[in-house]
Amino acid sequence: MQAINSGDTAWVLASGALVLFMTPGLAIFYGGMVRAKSALNMMMMSFAAIGITTIIWVLYGYSLAFGKSNNGIIGSLDHLGLAATLDQVTGPEGHQIPVLAFAMFQLTFAIITVALLSGAIADRAKFGSWVLFVAVWITLVYLPVAHWAFASQSGTGGWIIDKVKALDFAGGTVVEINSGAAALALAIVLGKRDGFKRDPMRPHNMPLVLLGAGMLWFGWFGFNAGSALSAGSLAATAMINTQIATAAAAMTWIAYEKKRDGKATTLGVASGAIAGAVAITPACGFVNPLGALILGLIAGVASAWAVTRKYKLGYDDSLDVVGVHGVGGILGMLAIGLIATVTANEAGANGLFFHGGTTQLGRQMIAIVAVALFSFAATWIIATLIQKTIGFRVYRDDELNGLDTTFHAESAYDITGNSNRY
Amino acid sequence: MKLITAIVKPAKVDDIKVALQAAGVAGMTVSETRGFGRQKGHTEIYRGAEYTVDFIPKVRIEVLVDDAEAQSIIDTIVTAANTGSIGDGKLWVTPVEQVIRIRTGERGGDAL
Repeated sequence: MQAINSGDTAWVLASGALVLFMTPGLAIFYGGMVRAKSALNMMMMSFAAIGITTIIWVLYGYSLAFGKSNNGIIGSLDHLGLAATLDQVTGPEGHQIPVLAFAMFQLTFAIITVALLSGAIADRAKFGSWVLFVAVWITLVYLPVAHWAFASQSGTGGWIIDKVKALDFAGGTVVEINSGAAALALAIVLGKRDGFKRDPMRPHNMPLVLLGAGMLWFGWFGFNAGSALSAGSLAATAMINTQIATAAAAMTWIAYEKKRDGKATTLGVASGAIAGAVAITPACGFVNPLGALILGLIAGVASAWAVTRKYKLGYDDSLDVVGVHGVGGILGMLAIGLIATVTANEAGANGLFFHGGTTQLGRQMIAIVAVALFSFAATWIIATLIQKTIGFRVYRDDELNGLDTTFHAESAYDITGNSNRY
Repeated sequence: MKLITAIVKPAKVDDIKVALQAAGVAGMTVSETRGFGRQKGHTEIYRGAEYTVDFIPKVRIEVLVDDAEAQSIIDTIVTAANTGSIGDGKLWVTPVEQVIRIRTGERGGDAL
């Protein structure tokens, strides 16, 4: 066994736990946002995502995402069943960590990405079909994109990171744009909820939403700073940039909201925080703290505006995956092209405003467009095939009664006394 | 005997309870409910979208009274529940055929 950097390893292991924590956090965040009658189903979709994705990851997911690249498109099958990973190390000289620590860390990214999609199809997806969708989507959409943008292999790895040389520190493409584009496709294929635009459909439990947002904020430090894959100044930069952007966006979202709707809401402060964290995700390791602040201030307003587009354009992206994750991811990726600076990370680049010209900006745009188009198209096809074969959208009666009783024989709060209250 | 039912604003329940106790009423039942009268159709904006909200949270108060006391109890409730603004609610009276105290079996006026 070669020498392992124990400090780096400890941080990556901790980050794996932090990022995994984000998925139950997402379950609570989303669960509080939907109506009580389908709250458990929404949370169940996240928990199912954890289970299915983990199984796929060990069987072939890690291998296809991070195995030796086939022309930059997809990895090899050398690590089926996580073969040839025990006792292996990865990373540059002096910063080597166990491959399994890296594999664990990356697994948690796959999990949260697919779990995010559940927000777009609240209250109307058949649970069995969701389980099938998770398996197919991870395999056909997540694994390729993760390979393209994350699997750097000395210039011969994923094409977006190694050939195009787009910069994406922690998953602006793989997680954010990917989930945003896929969510849009899902929302369109499954159609609008009964009562969309007519009924208020307000969150049924805002304290849960705030708790979930807090869990996501906390876990995001693992997501972003853990992506440094080392416990040092790059991780510290990524961490404080994450804090700055998240906090700033929370404030600008509610400021914009107060001006537009008359009141600053807790849903707004929670959403704003997430919007900022999303936007800084690709940029956290490439910009300086003031850059993170500017990005956060803009992201709060941009996403607060973007989430209203669904009413104008007529798609029911129920929990705003498109407006927050899609738009935020695009913003963050573009921001790199504008305000990245090598003083923040010498392995990064200089953006337009740091005399880097438009070179990096062009690379970022290629990455954005490629991932968005691929994700949208592939998800559209998968969702449509599921809808046309086993069905994806629930029957109207089930939707009106609520999915918790329909699919899980449970009720979140037992308001009607389903258990033995009398 | 009469059943007085009043739909009132939740914020006024305490004032009504205090006034009824001062008037000598021995008991009452309250339940949470929703409704609208002529105040319906108010729009609110949430997350950038406009909605018409029909049902407003209210509280239903029910009091059983002797015919002789009905009018004074009605006045007590109406005075205590009134705020002068829209949504104050409504009160109505229905006749009651039998009243029984479950613990003792007392009937009629003794059960009130």
